[in-house]
Amino acid sequence: MSHYSAFSIFRNALSGNRHWPRVWRNPHPKPSYDVVIVGAGGHGLATAYYLAKEHGIHNVAVIEKGWLGGGNTVRNTTIVRSNYMMPGNTMFYERSMKLWENLSQDINYNVMFSQRGQYNLCHSPGQMDTARRRGNIMRANGIDAELFDRAEVQRRLPYLDYSPNARFPIHGAIYQSRAGTARHDAVAWGYARAADRQGVDIIQQCEVTGYLRDGDRITGVETTRGPIRAGKVGLAVAGHTGHLAAMAGLRLPIETHVLQAFVTEPLKPMVDTVISFGAAHFYVSQSDKGGLVLGGDLDGYNSYAQRGGLPMVEHTLASAKALMPSVSRLKLLRHWAGVMDMSMDGSPFITKTSVDGLYLNGGWCYGRFKATPASGWCYAHLLAKDEPHTHAAEFRLDRLARGAMIDEKGVGAQPNLH
Amino acid sequence: MIINHPLLGPRDAAEFVYLGDASLMVRPDWQDENAAEKFYQYMYLRDNPAGRQRELWYHEQGDRSWLIVTRDTTTHEISSVELARDVALAGKGK
Repeated sequence: MSHYSAFSIFRNALSGNRHWPRVWRNPHPKPSYDVVIVGAGGHGLATAYYLAKEHGIHNVAVIEKGWLGGGNTVRNTTIVRSNYMMPGNTMFYERSMKLWENLSQDINYNVMFSQRGQYNLCHSPGQMDTARRRGNIMRANGIDAELFDRAEVQRRLPYLDYSPNARFPIHGAIYQSRAGTARHDAVAWGYARAADRQGVDIIQQCEVTGYLRDGDRITGVETTRGPIRAGKVGLAVAGHTGHLAAMAGLRLPIETHVLQAFVTEPLKPMVDTVISFGAAHFYVSQSDKGGLVLGGDLDGYNSYAQRGGLPMVEHTLASAKALMPSVSRLKLLRHWAGVMDMSMDGSPFITKTSVDGLYLNGGWCYGRFKATPASGWCYAHLLAKDEPHTHAAEFRLDRLARGAMIDEKGVGAQPNLH
Repeated sequence: MIINHPLLGPRDAAEFVYLGDASLMVRPDWQDENAAEKFYQYMYLRDNPAGRQRELWYHEQGDRSWLIVTRDTTTHEISSVELARDVALAGKGK
């Protein structure tokens, strides 16, 4: 396991780049671990890394049904932002932003975090008022936010439709300059490598088929590669949270929905930022390879299919054209869908469950990617100390029963509307 | 996705609004001893199956009827469509 540096690039170049070591090991599962994390996506791997680095718990396994970083970690639009206004969310996502800002140095792996800024467009005076309120709440919490009027938005984003024929007139925008994008694969690979260097076993192609129990307590997992005992079992499995919890006899406030995203053919640099449309659910950025990355809304019905339907393709592309008429002749190059664990109030869970020994990290809706570092940080804290981290204290399962929903959008207990 | 409406024949799913699990038709009794707990479970907790699910769809851009659609959440295959009214009158909402 070598440290990546300018020197290591130079040294390996001299030997024709034939002697780079493997980035992580491929170990056989040991019979027992202190902590077993189910799901080797960004969140699971980050949790394992912080468990080892921050809490000194190195006897950890991350087990994965497929291959690491093969699920939602690579099925998103890679946007990172911290513009939340509900107590419970605000400081959590800001913690995540601060971890992102130093992540490449911390894990010695370039995650290509690019703070190119994010605009949330407003299309009515009412939306401008809401944006002003959100911006004030962010600034009161020490998070950067700026409100721009129409002229300033037009100066900065000249390629949007400002004509009298625009379907939704642009009144202004709220802007977070520290927001941006990161390279999704690198996040999974970087955390995997960093966790592996801390002694964490990453065990791929190992599906959980049940739990080991001692009375009411869960003491490990049954897998396709044999039983693995564990002091604590932590779930971090996104859209599949529901049935892994069901195996433990839990019903959760979660529905699984499908969300699509698209990449166009490559263009010369055009969109040097992230733009969210305020009139429909649509957001766009440009990848380093030049393709426009387009994201839309949920298909709207429960699905585990990892593929979406045509109505949402049409909705997303119609939104793109309404906002940026110049893209109308672009061809789509790729199209994918991921399955989201949509919670009842649109906010996540990092929590103990009612089953002893079983912990839950889920319900991320479509805020999962930006949350990766803080989710790992706070989940590791919970697994190590058995008490929630200050910044994730509201992400408990009992908040709904207490009536303490964190409903950023204010739509109530209807997962497909969040 | 095409939903085969019992009265109107095959209709595009985009004409419908999706509500969720068909068990939402059976609301707990507010005078029940454990009403608060039952309403919590009714409102927030879901089976969320990977496989066949009975679910409520509202034909908003059509005849405004509520349907119970039995659909596989892993393949999107629809195996039956009933009028929610018929199911409720027959007393088999759950």
